Amino acid sequence: MINSSIYIKSQQEVFDVVIVGSGAGGGMAAHTLAKAGAKVCILEAGQPFDPADPKDMTQLKWPYESLRRGASSSLRNFGDFDAAYGGWDIEGEPYTRKEGTKFDWFRSRMVGGRTNHWGRISLRFGPDDFKRKSIDGLGDDWPIGYDDMKPYYDKVDKMIGVFGTNEGLRNDPDGYFLPPPKPRLHELMIKKANKALGIPTYPSRMSMLTKPINSERGSCFYCGQCNRGCSAYADFSSSSVLVKPAVQTGNTTLLPFAMAREVMTDPITGLATGVSYVHTGTMQEYSVKGKIVVLAASAGETARLLLNSKSSRFPNGIANSSGVVGKYINDSTGASRSAIIPSLFDRKRYNEDGVGGMHIYTPWWLDNKKLDFPRGYHIEYGGGMGMPNYGFGWGIEGLNGKENFSRDGIKKAAGGYGATLKEDYRRFYGAYVGFAGRGEPVPREDNYCEIDPNVVDKFGIPVLRFNYKWSDYEVKQAKHMQDTFEEIIHSMGGEALGKKPGAENNYGLADPGRIIHEVGTARMGNDKNTSVLNSNCQAHDVKNLFVADAAPFVSQGDKNATWTILALSLRTSEYIVDQRKKGNL
Amino acid sequence: MKRRDYLKNMGLSSLGLAVFNPDEKAIENLELGKVPVKRPNGRTQDEAELEAKLKAEVFLNAHELATITVLSDIIIPADKKSGSASQSGVTAFIEFIVKDKPEFKTPMRGGLRWLDVESNKRFSKNFIDITPSQRINIVDDIAYPGKTPKHLSQGESFFTLMRNLTATGFFTSKMGIADLDYKGNTPNQWNGVPDEVLKQYGLSYDA
Repeated sequence: MINSSIYIKSQQEVFDVVIVGSGAGGGMAAHTLAKAGAKVCILEAGQPFDPADPKDMTQLKWPYESLRRGASSSLRNFGDFDAAYGGWDIEGEPYTRKEGTKFDWFRSRMVGGRTNHWGRISLRFGPDDFKRKSIDGLGDDWPIGYDDMKPYYDKVDKMIGVFGTNEGLRNDPDGYFLPPPKPRLHELMIKKANKALGIPTYPSRMSMLTKPINSERGSCFYCGQCNRGCSAYADFSSSSVLVKPAVQTGNTTLLPFAMAREVMTDPITGLATGVSYVHTGTMQEYSVKGKIVVLAASAGETARLLLNSKSSRFPNGIANSSGVVGKYINDSTGASRSAIIPSLFDRKRYNEDGVGGMHIYTPWWLDNKKLDFPRGYHIEYGGGMGMPNYGFGWGIEGLNGKENFSRDGIKKAAGGYGATLKEDYRRFYGAYVGFAGRGEPVPREDNYCEIDPNVVDKFGIPVLRFNYKWSDYEVKQAKHMQDTFEEIIHSMGGEALGKKPGAENNYGLADPGRIIHEVGTARMGNDKNTSVLNSNCQAHDVKNLFVADAAPFVSQGDKNATWTILALSLRTSEYIVDQRKKGNL
Repeated sequence: MKRRDYLKNMGLSSLGLAVFNPDEKAIENLELGKVPVKRPNGRTQDEAELEAKLKAEVFLNAHELATITVLSDIIIPADKKSGSASQSGVTAFIEFIVKDKPEFKTPMRGGLRWLDVESNKRFSKNFIDITPSQRINIVDDIAYPGKTPKHLSQGESFFTLMRNLTATGFFTSKMGIADLDYKGNTPNQWNGVPDEVLKQYGLSYDA
């Protein structure tokens, strides 16, 4: 039963900083500001989460400890043990799409946000990634460059911990790396195949602690389950690594179940004064006051909050005099293929769980001037003798009838049953490999999110409506990914599974949003008519309003966004501290 | 539930998180609206409620479950390495998963009935009541995609679904994981591929 009278309670305390969101950007902002002595309040729409608390912990559980054997559910879309509360569709919290366009939006409703289950692929951008327009004439340059960001990437590497190797690559810069784990068997096979093809392969760069870096966090014990959250805090999640120490300073008030409604402003000065929110459990309305407001709710939620914060002074939403809020939203491109490697049939068993993800990867290695698409991609590799999970053995009828797949060399009838079928499952176990390309799209003004004029969520907050289409650039890039994957598979002596994706399905190019790397909805720039934020992620229109998630990104890079969210949030937070000290804020 | 327990249950106290302006009245109201389902470790409150609802639901009946047991043991029988599908708990897994993934409900129910109808056509009895060799007489016609007599294609689809669910259920059980000889899911150190395996594949870390 929900109390029928909602009433707004405003807190008397005025915080130095109110932060919306506790993911990578919000966590880093809270950590930096609280350690600098600021009184910080974090609003988080979701519930608390601590992977070391038995209530939340799923690490080291077996598939049979799940009624659905680890399958996904409507409440955990990436499997029953995955550390993401929320998903593509959250009951009572809809979003819409303009007709004929696609966008899927993944939201985690928990402290730490999507960093609890993310892939931990921690790639800093390189010099070219900030200056794409100067290189290919498309999109826009960032108002800052790699030299501006390098000190912050360096600090993030040391503070959070990332393994990898310094390779001296121009656009995949060196960093401060912990020792990488050795490649697994299938990864050595991929490396060998790639070498023959001229495709470079390097140790991956991921944020697990292969060595301890401080007394608060343990080191990796190689269970391969980072997506479940680590009870030793040996991988990076904002909840364990940033929010928890921020709270421990005594300077941070963390409010879970707090769904932000609007950024409040002073009608006279036009400055932000705090944030109103609804408690998702009690449905009571609150507001919290702050001298500075930092939005880090995710590219989508931050745009939504800006657009919903309307007043006579800000009729199109706060910080939106340019009309650019919501525009240029862009997600990584993604395409994938899997294969089976007959030389791995009947392989010797040993524990190769390793870290939760790949031990090797391929950064973008070609010159777009010689290709028919403008931006690059990196390749992520999967495979190995992983823990059996829901879906194990599915579709064996497509494999066990193939020529030369049986142990005695005699072609079997596909499918079947009984003792020989049971033997086939054992034989094929650990012989699969997977390939996934993650690439850079060209951001476009006509890809955008906006407020749906007709739809509100269960809290009465107007929802986002997406309008997103891929262009030929991204489709051609996906085609290149597919051709590359087949080359590698053939070079390994493997057999690609399923039909090769073709023009009829955009070469397997994932629908916009599916890679969960959406960025760019409140982009930075030097011109206040074409950008929302200045080069310090400070709103052009409201000097005490900042954005610290992926919304400020001008472009995506052929890297995953998180390391740049962290470095940018750190840079923004240090700027806030500096400006406060100078009395400018 | 006492407010203190409620907060503990929600994990608020575990992180040592500050609770801002707690509103006792509102939380009491919230509790009144909830069906009391205990939140087990590793599940959210919403998940605990969903699972309680699914467990309470009855979909497949005793005859259908008995048929699944017989059929799953044809697909994965006991051998010298491990037990059969039903011994590993496949029947209970399928009973749950068709409720959890409702898209399986009709294919499963209809497929089981298709099997009984076919069994009655051939042997005038339901599938569980015919002899083992009579069962194989039917199974051989639907277990090999590409070789199925055209008029039995729906039976092939059903058998493929049963094969998939049986394999997944078996190899994700304690018995099946031991059968597969999966060595992980335990704290350890990764020091690379064992030497004898590198040698077997002609690979090395020096290359």
